Amino acid sequence: MPDFIELDRLEKVFTVRRRAGRLRRERREVRAVDGISCTVARGEMVGYIGPNGAGKSTTVKMLTGILTPSGGRLRVAGIDPATDRTRLARRMGVVFGQRTTLWWDLPLRDSYALMRRLYRIEPARYRVNLERCVDLLDLGALLDVPVRQLSLGQRMRGDIAAALLHDPEVLYLDEPTIGLDVVSKAKVRGFLRDVNAERGTTVLLTTHDLTDVEQLCDRVVVIDRGRLVYDGGLAGLRAAGGGERTLVVDLAREAPPVEVPGARFVRSEGPRQWLALPAGASAAPVVAALAARYPLADLSVREPDIEEVIARVYASGGVPAPTAAPR
Amino acid sequence: MVDGLRAYALITGMWVRSTLAYRASFAMTVVANFAVTALDFVAIMIMFGHVDALGGFAMAEVAFLYGTTSAAFGLADLLLGSMNGVGQRVRDGTLDVLLVRPVPVFLQVAADRFALRRLGRVSQALLVLGWSLVQLDAASWSAGQWLMVPMMVLSGTAIYGALYAGGAAFQFWAQDAAEVQNSFTYGGNTLLQYPPTVFGAELVRGVTFVVPLAFVNWVPALRVLGRDDPLGLPGWVDFASPAVALVCCAGAGLAWRAGLRGYRSTGS
Repeated sequence: MPDFIELDRLEKVFTVRRRAGRLRRERREVRAVDGISCTVARGEMVGYIGPNGAGKSTTVKMLTGILTPSGGRLRVAGIDPATDRTRLARRMGVVFGQRTTLWWDLPLRDSYALMRRLYRIEPARYRVNLERCVDLLDLGALLDVPVRQLSLGQRMRGDIAAALLHDPEVLYLDEPTIGLDVVSKAKVRGFLRDVNAERGTTVLLTTHDLTDVEQLCDRVVVIDRGRLVYDGGLAGLRAAGGGERTLVVDLAREAPPVEVPGARFVRSEGPRQWLALPAGASAAPVVAALAARYPLADLSVREPDIEEVIARVYASGGVPAPTAAPR
Repeated sequence: MVDGLRAYALITGMWVRSTLAYRASFAMTVVANFAVTALDFVAIMIMFGHVDALGGFAMAEVAFLYGTTSAAFGLADLLLGSMNGVGQRVRDGTLDVLLVRPVPVFLQVAADRFALRRLGRVSQALLVLGWSLVQLDAASWSAGQWLMVPMMVLSGTAIYGALYAGGAAFQFWAQDAAEVQNSFTYGGNTLLQYPPTVFGAELVRGVTFVVPLAFVNWVPALRVLGRDDPLGLPGWVDFASPAVALVCCAGAGLAWRAGLRGYRSTGS
């Protein structure tokens, strides 16, 4: 079976006009997506990450058929999104974190009913899907509220339900947890995991939130300035970035800098001390050694920040060796 | 195409239902729309309180011009008036939302926030048109004259509709251009409410050959009313409105496609 999503040296070049002087205008080419090649198999859940302006949204816009690529080849389910936009639209779901696909002035229920008819969803299947979404995303009390009166988290859940009513084969999520509180985030993540596991829906997620990726995706694709810098597992990304994990140790009382093998003292503040350990290493032996030598009150491990990791991956000149995606 | 029209009907139907949920408020906006547009005609009536003819046209004839152009404009405004909002959608990026639905963007934009209150203008125009037909003793008209009336209204609707669509297409490049479009649609409608003889020949030529608004009512109405053409065009031109309307729609369609293609390649 061919890959579900295929990007082959995909490019998007924008021409930006800038005012230079009183009347003169300067034209400048911006290569938003600069030759990205990768494939996604049916049923995969992929995190698509990168710093601001890396080209994440531009890629999603090309995948959904909003934008026409300026170079390279792109296929989703064998369809060219740029030329066959409406045919592909029936088979995909899209959630934009920043804007709603629902009708602003209508209650959720009416938006969904209209979706049903626009997408020609069979009534029986629609009922099942809607019930499921309402149930798992906790939408019951919100169905009769106009979208404009919903909070961001409520609206986002409403949007995710709308994107799934027609059983899409692929779901694109552009920053789906942006601005959500902890409870909403957990609810959304759990739901997405279920959809992927039960329906085999392929999910592509762009996000700033590393936790989204950690909890949902086996695979991450990292881009920076329009180029692919990493494609593989999350652990491998941390190793590739050479980042360090941070061990925050709360001692029972103030003490001089602790010394344990495998960790490096960073700083202290009263009884709290920060230690650094290599990203690939296990924290267990360090914690055991600490507990044996010092009176511990509490401790926690912090993963390296994704933006930092990506910055380091990029600074080191891209991927050491692009790992193959797990199939 | 059939799919697209079905989607247009579905979306407008939903807006109509949501409007009708507040019946009193809907009734008030229709009455307000009726009253505001009726003021145009009141102005004409006041004028005729002081003069017997305007550019050689009697009040019933001016009412005929008023009724045909306003009905055409009202229908176009009802069906496609929402396209004005496309520039706003380009600016705030919500056009992307329309592009991920399995429905042509043109019809989604046209159906967006479908405002049934615009029937106010249409009904007011039809009343004036009906009154003018009585006054002009239309019962004695030939079948040909009678046929001209729906032809004028339908062709006019298509010409105004093409202006809406073409103006909306222009907003892909100039997002604040809604006012330019309004000057052609609303401005054109106001212009056509008066006989061509009160305007200069240059202006009449402009709305005949450049923006072919004259084909909404002036050119065919002169034939119906048995008047001379101030431009002295050949007689067959009086029946050219449907053809002109077709050309306008084709042009607007091409402009829209070009605009959308431009949007999809630049993202703005």
